[in-house]
Amino acid sequence: MNFGFNEEQELLRSTARKFFENECTSETVRKLMDGPEGMTPELWKKIAEQGWLGLIVPDAYGGMELGVVDLVVLMEEMGRAVVPGPFFSTVLLGGLATLEAGSEAQKKAWLPRLTSGEARAALAWMEPSADLGARGITLSATAKGNGYVLNGTKLFVQDAHTADVIVVAARAAGGRTPEEGVTLFLVPKDAAGLTVTLLPTMDQTRKLCEVSFKDVAAGADTVMGQPGAGWAPLARVLDRATVGLCAEMCGGAQKVLDMTVEYAKIRQAFGRPIGSYQGVKHRAADMLVDVENSKSITYYAAWAMDEGVPEGPLAVSMAKAYVSDAYRRVAGAGIQLHGGIGFTWEHDLHLYFKRAKGSEFTFGDATWHRERVAQLVNL
Amino acid sequence: MDFALTPEQTSFRDEVRTWLSRNLPADWNNRMRVGSDVPRPEVYQFLRAWQRKMYDAGFMGLTWPKEYGGRGLTFMEEMILQEEIALAKAPPVLNILAIGMAGPTIIAYGTEEQKRRYPPKMLSCDEIWCQGYSEPNSGSDLASLQTRAEKVGDHYVVNGQKVWTSIAHQADWMMLLARTDPKVEKHKGITYFLLDMHSPGVTVKPLKQITGDAEFNEVYFDNVKVPEANILGGLNNGWAVGMTTLMYERLALGFGLQVRLRIALDGLVDLARRTTKNGAPVTQDPTVRQKIAQMWIDTEVFKYTGARAITKLLKGELPGPEASAGKMMWTEGHQRLQDLAMELQGPYAQLARGSRWAVDGGVWQYSFLRSRANSIEGGTTEIQKNIIGERVLGLPKG
Repeated sequence: MNFGFNEEQELLRSTARKFFENECTSETVRKLMDGPEGMTPELWKKIAEQGWLGLIVPDAYGGMELGVVDLVVLMEEMGRAVVPGPFFSTVLLGGLATLEAGSEAQKKAWLPRLTSGEARAALAWMEPSADLGARGITLSATAKGNGYVLNGTKLFVQDAHTADVIVVAARAAGGRTPEEGVTLFLVPKDAAGLTVTLLPTMDQTRKLCEVSFKDVAAGADTVMGQPGAGWAPLARVLDRATVGLCAEMCGGAQKVLDMTVEYAKIRQAFGRPIGSYQGVKHRAADMLVDVENSKSITYYAAWAMDEGVPEGPLAVSMAKAYVSDAYRRVAGAGIQLHGGIGFTWEHDLHLYFKRAKGSEFTFGDATWHRERVAQLVNL
Repeated sequence: MDFALTPEQTSFRDEVRTWLSRNLPADWNNRMRVGSDVPRPEVYQFLRAWQRKMYDAGFMGLTWPKEYGGRGLTFMEEMILQEEIALAKAPPVLNILAIGMAGPTIIAYGTEEQKRRYPPKMLSCDEIWCQGYSEPNSGSDLASLQTRAEKVGDHYVVNGQKVWTSIAHQADWMMLLARTDPKVEKHKGITYFLLDMHSPGVTVKPLKQITGDAEFNEVYFDNVKVPEANILGGLNNGWAVGMTTLMYERLALGFGLQVRLRIALDGLVDLARRTTKNGAPVTQDPTVRQKIAQMWIDTEVFKYTGARAITKLLKGELPGPEASAGKMMWTEGHQRLQDLAMELQGPYAQLARGSRWAVDGGVWQYSFLRSRANSIEGGTTEIQKNIIGERVLGLPKG
């Protein structure tokens, strides 16, 4: 047993921290979030040159073939810098879904391009019902000739507007269970009848879209894996992506704690630093406990994903339930301990506070995951 | 990052598991099935015998050096042992203050003679230890303690009083902090003594506590003679020695606390499965499911945060102030768990030991009341937060 990171992972951490401190400053983040794309071609190219777009992609498709534990290290640093843009959607959603469910031809066609930064991917699975389970997949896939015709609406789709290809979860046929019939398609974004609308979001660093399908023709070559058996690979992708999100949240929470402690050391009130008052000090201590615990359960979940242990889904839900609450508490406490300055647009805290809130409801909030924990432990 | 056991660790785990399954007393299992605590005074003799059995089997003092009675293993084996104890719901270690605090401190600061004399008898439970820190006027502000030790010839004479002294009425030895130089700054005039509780002039008066049981005591010293050879870590160095003890306490108890939280959680889940509310199983109540799931999550989180601390320890770092975070988590988690156990029982929560209607014979009521001490004993939650704020985060002192 060993609960620490190895030397390569520590090196990845320090490299990534330096990279984002230089390339993704607060000023850059604010420029990126103001624009519709959330990314510049220059920064995307630099991220690609680091090899990070292919971090978890097998060597055969041009990637580094590392695991979720390694990914966690990078995601923590990206969360620390609230990096906007399509990294998450390309690497942890569309790309991972292609790797998990795609045919050899689909993988060969897309993964090298996603890894090099030439193309971007998204994953469209949730719908206006906001149902996180298999029964929430109602977008219809009607058989026609060798392929299908897609009709319906997807919501909360990260970065679909800048994606080149979208993995879509649709219902191809009825089944005895909600899981049966779910089919994944790999659809080029420029397919006729496919419309993407960018949605105004509270967290401007994360771009969300509505994607509507009106008689979109999806040929046989767009079907991913067995028709009707798409839920299992989708669930595996969502579990991994959830761990990646938890790590991003850990990194953000750590940064909020760091900013708050620094401020509490220098800000004076009644003739002494506010950090010397127990009202401030004790709340900072609570923040530290939240941050450390978030990391512990996230690292465990990441290991569980890499090892494929049976308790993997339980570990993921424990992590997302805990980290969702913890990041919200930490970001809120950060604003409170900063006082008025923490409430301004000028200070960076609101970027973290909003990211915490958005992340809380991405891939299921704490309440949803606690119920999943209850089910998985047979309560 | 690897949470799996190596083949050697697996074989150690199997050794422990097999031994526990063969040696765990059945009547204990029935008691432990329902809660995290049992009133200790009812079971002292039983616990003494149980620790002896563990010692004879080689499961006490795993991390202590072989020459002082231990097995010279790492904290990883200790963690595996504790995990198995939790799974088997085995009884707690009676001499925990010796094993968790006095022993490691003596091994760190003691003379060769002290290291050979005391630790082995702690492990075998031949000598039980208590901790003489708190006084009526010195709790969180421990350095203000007033019990005096004055040098007379080749020994010291102790006068004063300690309070909240757990298990003093059973103890053979005490870790005593006493003032040896009243003229210097308060932290610099304290000495750490190993005090024989059977010495003339030591009076132990049990204190009845919130549960109605007497598990802790007042201890009075009236001209008690302590040989100079019983100073640990040097004259007037008691503050540093005493703080080391507390670091070990939070670390060692950290293993034990995680186990106790796990056992309590299993008891809670079992209670929930047996409980109905408004004619339906309480486990179908969405609010109850949320609360139990959160307890489950917090218990696991506690375990993995502890595991990360062990990894640091195995890299050669000393137990640091981070252990305060574990103490806080245990406290908050366990008190919430006991509140939840009361909530599940509804009106039956009012019935205590002695009532034929009491749930599980009233042990939950005992555990619930006992849990209020968790945030006070071993350093209050407020003190833990000061330690984290000042020594981990580097915030200025008030």
